[in-house]
Amino acid sequence: MTPGRPGTSGAAAAPEPGTPGGRGRRLVPAYLATGGRERPRGTADFDRLTVLVSTDQRPPEMDFGPEHRRLWTLLRPGALTVVECAAHLGLPVSATVFLAADLVGGGHLLARSPVPKAEAIDRTLIERLLVGLRALP
Amino acid sequence: MDSVPSPEPATAPVAAPRPEPRTESRPEPGPGTVRYLPSTGQTLMKLVVTGPFGVGKTTLIRTLSEIPTLHTEEVMTTSSAGLDDLRGLPEKATTTVAVDFGRLTVPGDLVLYLFGTPGQERFFPLWQDIARGALGALVMADTRRLADSFPVMDMVEEQGLPYAVAVNRFPGAPAHSDEVLRRHLDLAPETPLVQCDARNRRDSIGTLIALGEYVLSRLTQDAP
Repeated sequence: MTPGRPGTSGAAAAPEPGTPGGRGRRLVPAYLATGGRERPRGTADFDRLTVLVSTDQRPPEMDFGPEHRRLWTLLRPGALTVVECAAHLGLPVSATVFLAADLVGGGHLLARSPVPKAEAIDRTLIERLLVGLRALP
Repeated sequence: MDSVPSPEPATAPVAAPRPEPRTESRPEPGPGTVRYLPSTGQTLMKLVVTGPFGVGKTTLIRTLSEIPTLHTEEVMTTSSAGLDDLRGLPEKATTTVAVDFGRLTVPGDLVLYLFGTPGQERFFPLWQDIARGALGALVMADTRRLADSFPVMDMVEEQGLPYAVAVNRFPGAPAHSDEVLRRHLDLAPETPLVQCDARNRRDSIGTLIALGEYVLSRLTQDAP
């Protein structure tokens, strides 16, 4: 999954040529309108354990709803997983994913995969886990 | 009834319907107790703790978790079976089920999330959704009603998750040898079985180690 690199995506924006507002612009979701990307960051990339962190940028504009702002405010002091955000906000995980995807699209949040790039659930990782578990106080 | 603390108390409460009353009580995190992840460079992993109702899933998670256990309210839509369908008007029932979870940071920049998932078959879709990407499952059992864990083991096997069985020793419950328990649970020879007291941290860590060792052995087997 690749929700972790919103900073790299803006430059690649390719606005559809020759579609000057004739196709019901108001139906374009916020993350499309503000993200300037070829396609919205899919919510399919999000997992319960996707790590969300604020980008230290401006707060979400008014076109985001109060729920978006609650999520953004929750994440201002530090990073949390999607499922922890859902629990703290009292929202279903699915709803939290939608909010997070919007805010990532708008550049207000960064999302990162639970398992850093180039690392898989493999032997090495399980061995590290076992060493760590045995070292727990 | 839980009142999940809002990090910004001035904000209006969510309009979403509030969760069903919970049957297992837990300490409430007070305002300002959001425990953020210490760094963003950690590897996060997921384990599923499952088993029949009241077998001690939440207790084990609470014992291990470094944060007060949290829960999400998961909404499930299930079509009611039977006669309703014959009328051509399949009625949909919405069930809300609470999924408890906790977090355990393990030396080596690893964070283990433990999800307590209901073992009932009707929750299978939810179960699958939560179990996706999990390292494995801990199936809990109670010696007074071992058979209640059978459908849970079936579910885990259907999902293809490696699992270990943790027999929670309740005070006053009959004690049995591992051999007897294995026989009654009809466990495959390689499936780990651990007896534990879910309130005890050492015991609970031991169940995780047993599962981890088993997951590792399976990866070794599968390696070319």
